[in-house]
Amino acid sequence: MTLELTAQDLSMLDGERGPSSAAAMKILVAFSNAVGAGSLLDISGAHIDGCLYHGKAGLDFVERLVEGGGRVQVPTTLNVGSFDLIHPGMVKMPAAEEVPARRLMTAHMELGCEATFTCAPYQSRFRPQFGQQIAWGESNAIVFANSVIGARTNRYGDFIDLCCAMTGRAPAWGLHLSENRRGRVLFELDITNPEPGDSLFVGVGLIIGQASGDRIPVVSGLPQPRDEDQLKALGAAAATTGAVALFHAVGITPEAGTLDEAFHGHAPEETIRITRADIDHALARLSTVPDGAPLSAVSLGTPHFSHEEWMRLLPLLRAVAPGRGIPIYVNTGRATLTRLQEEGALAGMEAFGLIPVADTCTYVTSILKRLDGVVMTNSGKWAHYAPGNIGVTVAFADMKDCIRSAAAGHVVRSAS
Amino acid sequence: MTRPVERPGTFLVVGEGEGEALVFSQALSFWGGIDAATGEIIDHSHPGLGQNVAGKILVMPSGRGSSSSSSVLAEAIRRGTAPAGILIERPDPILAVGAIVAEFLYEIRMPLVVCAIADFVSGDRVVIGVREDGGAIVRRT
Repeated sequence: MTLELTAQDLSMLDGERGPSSAAAMKILVAFSNAVGAGSLLDISGAHIDGCLYHGKAGLDFVERLVEGGGRVQVPTTLNVGSFDLIHPGMVKMPAAEEVPARRLMTAHMELGCEATFTCAPYQSRFRPQFGQQIAWGESNAIVFANSVIGARTNRYGDFIDLCCAMTGRAPAWGLHLSENRRGRVLFELDITNPEPGDSLFVGVGLIIGQASGDRIPVVSGLPQPRDEDQLKALGAAAATTGAVALFHAVGITPEAGTLDEAFHGHAPEETIRITRADIDHALARLSTVPDGAPLSAVSLGTPHFSHEEWMRLLPLLRAVAPGRGIPIYVNTGRATLTRLQEEGALAGMEAFGLIPVADTCTYVTSILKRLDGVVMTNSGKWAHYAPGNIGVTVAFADMKDCIRSAAAGHVVRSAS
Repeated sequence: MTRPVERPGTFLVVGEGEGEALVFSQALSFWGGIDAATGEIIDHSHPGLGQNVAGKILVMPSGRGSSSSSSVLAEAIRRGTAPAGILIERPDPILAVGAIVAEFLYEIRMPLVVCAIADFVSGDRVVIGVREDGGAIVRRT
């Protein structure tokens, strides 16, 4: 298909809006040609996953856009960086790496991006609405926006998310178009009256991620979630074990009121049953240690902890009262942290070992004081990536068991 | 001795290049698959493990994997450890972005061409040129 550009697109390409817009449009055109898009469409927002320093080319790119006087054309949020700018000293890094890593975060702000530094922009005031076209990076944010909100984005990543933001345009292709959002493979939860526990949603996410390939999964039989954080956990897990950018949950997510709606009236290409044993098996693979193993830390908030999650954690901390010096790291967005501080909600909580982390995440940078022993988490995503990224041993459990374990000093898990 | 063969191709990123073909039937992800510091293939699940892509014409069916491959390709082009050109059968937006970003930043053009690849074998001498109409011409000698 030949890409047709509007007069405005062409004027941008020709440099009439400055060298940075021209470069962004040129890259966007190359990308759009490669995916076979017929045109570009307007977006109402962008989320940039470009603040983790992976090498000089990434920083050179943003610096060049800054030098060219570039500004993002739509409200644009930023994903986590390598630093907690709110808590200086939290991240330990050699100066030679620290300077470019910090610069990468501030250079994005000079382009007009919002200093959100969160992987959960859907918790912020920049949350998109149903049906809006957006260009988002960060796998958990993409799947949440598409599935839980019904906004429309493809899986954008390196450079191209920022090019969309700089031009306010995205290729008219993939999940931006209604016909490409229909379900393809059906996952039937074969569990009678399942409890809507956190682990169930993580387990379902792990399984659909693994088995969907590039087909859009539809889940039926899922109980009504307690809140959207359970769907956040499901999506994050599915985008970890697979490349899921959109899932439908029948009777729960906005484009799947019925099975028929989820499949746009077509029959599923394949139907896969999920049993209790499948869930248990998927979750067991996240833990490499038995109960009773000594604990060195707890890490919660991957993706970033919502205000609602904090409201469940804080009473739990008071009730269980861990105080054995085992740190409980909680990754969260700076906006959420500010709100908690204004509410006075965190006063005295450090006595229980609570360490809030903002702007970044405990598995992408050096935060944990001890990497020996076991780290416990309620996040399928964290459990999957942390062993490879930072070399820790992980035990997965729901939040309550994580806190009980911190109090006991070793891994404690209730029977599920 | 095989006869020289010419075939047309479509540029995703325009440029000229030549080198020895390094042919894989399995797609290679640059992210997690290639060390940008050296050009060496580091993906343990890939048959090319231990070989080096620097200066070669990399020939494979498609790109693969994470969008982070764009950054790794751009970084490899900057460091001079990238292939001299890439031939793929199916368009790949992630490789296209990496190559076009490197061209923008460093004025180094690494051609990325979509063309038929079935009869290439590793060791072939491959030359990528630009036709008058802007299309690619790929010569194997």
